[in-house]
Amino acid sequence: MKRRDSLKALTISSLGVVGLNPQETLAEQRALETALADDPIKIPGGRLKEEAIRDAKLMKEKFFTPQELATITVLADIIIPADSKSGSATQAGVPAFIEFMMKDQPQWQTPFRGGLRWLDVESRKRFNKPFTAVTKAQQIELVDDIAYPEKAKPEMSQGVAFFNIMRNFTATGFYTSQIGIKDIGYMGNTPNQWEGVPADVLKQYGVSY
Amino acid sequence: MSFQIKEQPAVFDVCIIGSGAGGGMAAYQLSKAGAKVALLEAGGYFDPADPKYITQLKWPWESPRRGASTTRPFGDFDAAWGGWEIEGEPYTRKNGTQFDWFRSRMLGGRTNHWGRISLRFGPDDFRRKSIDGLGEDWPITYDDVKPYYDRVDKLVGVFGSVENIHNEPDGLFLPPPKPRLHELFIKNAAQKVNVPVIPSRLSILTKAINNERGQCFYCSQCSRGCQAYADFSASSVLVIPALKTGNVTLFTNAMAREVLTDPSTGQATGVSYVDKEKLTEHTVKAKIVILAASAGESARLLLNSKSAYHQNGLANSSGVVGKYLHDSTGASRSAFMPSLMDRKRYNEDGVGGAHVYSPWWLDNKKLDFPRGYHIEYWGGMGMPSYGFGWGIEGMNGKYPTSDGRKKEAGGYGASLKEDYRRFYGAYVGMSGRGEAVASPDNYCEIDPNVVDKYGIPVLRFNYKWSDYEIKQAKHMQDTFEEILTAMGGILSGNKPGPESNYGLAAPGRIIHEVGTSRMGNDPKSSALNKFSQAHDAKNVFVVDGGSFVSQADKNPTWTILALSMRASDYIIDQVKQKNL
Repeated sequence: MKRRDSLKALTISSLGVVGLNPQETLAEQRALETALADDPIKIPGGRLKEEAIRDAKLMKEKFFTPQELATITVLADIIIPADSKSGSATQAGVPAFIEFMMKDQPQWQTPFRGGLRWLDVESRKRFNKPFTAVTKAQQIELVDDIAYPEKAKPEMSQGVAFFNIMRNFTATGFYTSQIGIKDIGYMGNTPNQWEGVPADVLKQYGVSY
Repeated sequence: MSFQIKEQPAVFDVCIIGSGAGGGMAAYQLSKAGAKVALLEAGGYFDPADPKYITQLKWPWESPRRGASTTRPFGDFDAAWGGWEIEGEPYTRKNGTQFDWFRSRMLGGRTNHWGRISLRFGPDDFRRKSIDGLGEDWPITYDDVKPYYDRVDKLVGVFGSVENIHNEPDGLFLPPPKPRLHELFIKNAAQKVNVPVIPSRLSILTKAINNERGQCFYCSQCSRGCQAYADFSASSVLVIPALKTGNVTLFTNAMAREVLTDPSTGQATGVSYVDKEKLTEHTVKAKIVILAASAGESARLLLNSKSAYHQNGLANSSGVVGKYLHDSTGASRSAFMPSLMDRKRYNEDGVGGAHVYSPWWLDNKKLDFPRGYHIEYWGGMGMPSYGFGWGIEGMNGKYPTSDGRKKEAGGYGASLKEDYRRFYGAYVGMSGRGEAVASPDNYCEIDPNVVDKYGIPVLRFNYKWSDYEIKQAKHMQDTFEEILTAMGGILSGNKPGPESNYGLAAPGRIIHEVGTSRMGNDPKSSALNKFSQAHDAKNVFVVDGGSFVSQADKNPTWTILALSMRASDYIIDQVKQKNL
């Protein structure tokens, strides 16, 4: 493992690729090996060893501060609250999913960190407190200004952009959870015998075989 | 690192490089005939029925990224180990052109995750030059290959319907599954605009064909590999049965470096490879060497197998190795179907892929581009995965609810949850897959300056679409718009125009690359003869997509299987006649 990585590092440097420091690559590799030394990697079914190591490493890292994660949690449950049919985003584990995605796809880190900061600054301007410390009504007042892209005021555009991203991540996290799949009514992923579209559905749409 | 080269003591009858469709078929046929086979695979062992490898029937929450494509290009549950980029195994491009090269490093190669679209080439597909004056005719005809297509159908299994269309030959079909709801809509709409829609032809067992493999249980996840062996993967259907003969020695993580040749006769004597785990160097001696590493990798190996005898690389006295590289064209469009909002829920997973498709239906003489395309369809109530619900703010303000309420775009809360539910399963899409014209100007060659982490010189690609392919993509977009509009769809995004070559995917993206060691009767203009045998070394064969003269608008796998079976028969015959 180590030897191959040093080979990789040499190849990279000899090709003159800018911005990749072989020492850094090796240091990262050493850090990873140390971190994982007393903790043998369990490789889940269907994963490659490299993938399992990477996932375990990401799981150990933290991106959001407790304050940021608290804000994410409030927003996620505003976007997807419990209703008569199913549970809420936090019940479905959405904040932990978003935390993981920040490390898995780091291009989201700045939009999220900056968006959360934008929200707190806006909240302080209006209410002298960060978003999580204001009343539920005040939170909704602020959210109403950024949740509707077509009627939001131009000066809210950065807030709108952040809320769109937050809405997307919340929906994906929720509807790919056990609670969310049940909510959306997906009935597959199980052994089945396909006999065609049910008769009542054919009739409803006026089509036939 | 040890530079001591370890030799296998035995001389194998055959050494096969690559365990995908071509190599798997050769290993199966030759081992069944009693040959002692060494099978080299650059990746690890894979068996779709071993829980260690199974991703089939897993739920999105079993992936921390919910199936996102961060580490696997088609998502966490896709069966392919590898992708367009593999760490430590680069390739390069020249002249500002683009070619993206997908490699699967695993037993069975790319057949583990492919679309199972199993189309025969038609009579016209073997003689395109005679029809339109472009490219080259094959040295064989449909009649030469037909018996092998028949045998592949029986051995592997394929469903479809008898249609009697001249250039879409029927096979020996298992029953096709009935269309899904959106596929019925597509069929009706396409009929209105004179585009035929017929049952798909996929190598999925809608009926059991033997005791080793089960029947399809309709989970729609062929791309994850099938633990019941109910679809075609070279791993489950060919290599694992071949191993059971006891005649195959499998070398995994064996990255072939060179085909070794005798300095006086130029004949192959074996293969050198690097063990990717131990980084040790090895050779395997064999009487016959069969390359099946993929069109790109086999060309790379031939070009890297230079000697005083084969100064231009093995099988390359013609200089054609690497040239005539061509991938399928591809373009797509999708639409939202208001009529499918608030639809009733039921399990419509079906088989892994569309239940219907459109074979090429027009006469190129009346069009401004040569060569055709077929259309693949998608849509319906699939399993939610990473990306689900994305962009709802562009949808929920546009379409009123079933009781006529108009909503403000975006939003949150219980009302938003209702929106995700009403839009679920109300999308359809289609993709064209067409034939590109093979050209000597599109090629791969050895990069003089770059090696991979094993020290093997890498491929450098030069590939540009011509006006033929761009005009074909334009035609695809017009057809997609016609069909989607006729079915009441609201087309997503703007229609791709000339700025994006009409949405034409970059070469390599459709993963159908072929043609780099084409067959022909003239050794001056082809690398292989009509039995996939090298003109320059009679004990060297190439049985992957490299031998293709032209690729048709058909996915290449079924023809790779048929031609590999045909080459295997020829090898057995030539050995019996003591010519090999």
